[in-house]
Amino acid sequence: MQVKSKLLFLSSLILIFVINLFAGSIDPYFYTVIIYIGINIILATSLNLINGYTGQFSLGHAGFMAIGGYLSIALSTYFAPFFQNTFGTGVFGEAITFIIVLLAGGTAAALVGLLVGVPSLRLKGDYLAITTLGFAEIIRVVIQNMDVIGASQGFRGVYIYNNGVKAPQMVQDLGEMSNIFYAVPKFTNFFWTFLFVAIIIYYVHNLINSTYGRGFLSVKDDEIAAESMGINTTKFKVSAFVSGAFFAGIAGVLYGHFNLYLNPEDFNFLKSVEIVVMVILGGMGSMIGVIIAAVLLTILPEFLRSVSEYRMIIYALLLIIMMLTRPQGLFGFKIKRKKL
Amino acid sequence: MSEFIQQVINGLSLGAIYALIALGYTMVYGILKFINFAHGEIFMLGAFSGFYIARLLGFNESSIIGALIILMLSMTTCALIGVTIEKLAYKPLRSASKLTVLITAIGVSLFLQYTGQLVFGADPKSFPTLLTNVNFKIAGANIGSNQIVVIVSSIVLMFGLREIVMRTKIGTAIRAVSNNLTAASLMGININNVISFTFVLGSSLAAAAGILYSINYPSIDPLMGILPGLKAFIAAVLGGIGNFPGAVLGGLVIGLIETFTVGYLSPTYRDAIAFAILIIILLVKPTGLLGKKEVEKV
Repeated sequence: MQVKSKLLFLSSLILIFVINLFAGSIDPYFYTVIIYIGINIILATSLNLINGYTGQFSLGHAGFMAIGGYLSIALSTYFAPFFQNTFGTGVFGEAITFIIVLLAGGTAAALVGLLVGVPSLRLKGDYLAITTLGFAEIIRVVIQNMDVIGASQGFRGVYIYNNGVKAPQMVQDLGEMSNIFYAVPKFTNFFWTFLFVAIIIYYVHNLINSTYGRGFLSVKDDEIAAESMGINTTKFKVSAFVSGAFFAGIAGVLYGHFNLYLNPEDFNFLKSVEIVVMVILGGMGSMIGVIIAAVLLTILPEFLRSVSEYRMIIYALLLIIMMLTRPQGLFGFKIKRKKL
Repeated sequence: MSEFIQQVINGLSLGAIYALIALGYTMVYGILKFINFAHGEIFMLGAFSGFYIARLLGFNESSIIGALIILMLSMTTCALIGVTIEKLAYKPLRSASKLTVLITAIGVSLFLQYTGQLVFGADPKSFPTLLTNVNFKIAGANIGSNQIVVIVSSIVLMFGLREIVMRTKIGTAIRAVSNNLTAASLMGININNVISFTFVLGSSLAAAAGILYSINYPSIDPLMGILPGLKAFIAAVLGGIGNFPGAVLGGLVIGLIETFTVGYLSPTYRDAIAFAILIIILLVKPTGLLGKKEVEKV
């Protein structure tokens, strides 16, 4: 089992690398959609680890994405001269820079995840949902009030003046002084996106199928029983939350360096709901299902552009109808349990 | 000092509205043990039904009787909507897991918001002036008559709810069901009727809150229910969910803190502060200010 999945993982890496060589010939529109599919798979799979496998209902995934995205694009613009001088501007230098900001974004999101998770995971079900929603809203409001990253105007780059002043908007007082504008660099490409898609699928798959990983499922199935069998449920909940947040942060970094512009409104409540819909539609705890749902829900709006005002209504109806008819999701399995 | 008094009056009139919505959350939670996420949307529908009823009745001059009629009709409309939602979406899930019901409630809430945008239009509408606002000064503070109207009508509504819940037969049934649903049904209480009646009470209070809110802030749009809904939920948790006086206390506290944040700190943090309160209360005293600790049964 282990050898097989390792082999599969390595061969998919090679495949991703090869496809990336031909990425230039893909139609730009399709290319964009493909990248967004990759980012959404990362988001949905990471949320699936929290909501699906561990059974903790988080409604604030967009918040972690915002942390990763904002921190990374701030790093890669504010420190652009430093990165360029240290690693050069070639492909290799850019790759090192991107790895650094990716890890920084992911780690920052994971740390915030830890900060949010430790207190709120003592809560259950609906309370946890509202608390995570609250944290995500607080993160958004704080970003909206931070002028260094463009506040509510959004952030697309930094003006660095000769006297060392750095600001996301032109500084009025400095008037004529010469400056260089460092836009958010377009680091994200097919290779990086699907590298992380492969990593998260490999990571979650192996985690859940390991002896240790069974702990996550036990927390979901019956927390009290798990606890009485000597499983440290809090530890499992927090570690699911932190790794989920890490990958959400990575998704944020990829999104930021592809879109080249971030706005606090990109990470509002609806973004979190969108990720939740992917997980629920695919089936909480079903890896393949969630990936298919992520792909479907990224492509679907592209076809429905002409009726885009119905998009949220369709999402809402999907949620309700799924819950009424197939609460285990399209591809999920129903757990048979004896009634108490 | 005069500014302080003014902030207190502002906070109380906002808090009274949160309290009315919070009562609905608390009642439903007390009986069905789930957060009716769509409750904030009932508040929004209350405001919109008021808007359309006023238009239908050709309401153009502010009068107390007209305002009362609109209030009553809007409360009735929303009570019907609330019961319909319960019957269609929540009733089939009576025995489902809590998570399933919660997700359905989020779905219903989104559905109402975006159908509202489609039907009413996404741009804000101006709510008719039901009552003319008269400003007067008390101890140097500017107070609008409509703020007093909001506070007084909230008190009347809350008192009415108290009478229903404490004095009538159906009120006793509500209390019995929220105490122990299975035992109550064994005693011959019709659970479905009690749940429907709870939704009637909760939704009509939310509708009243919607009208009262729009009297003071006359710009209404289909997404107006999200934040007051969430804040009222936080108020219900703050006071101890399932607890009636707690919901009122929580609503007033949240309203006061919000106005003080806007007045003395920064208006940009007005929405974040409520969530901060929620997180603190859940960490320090998850049962809320007036709630009782419950032992989890296996």
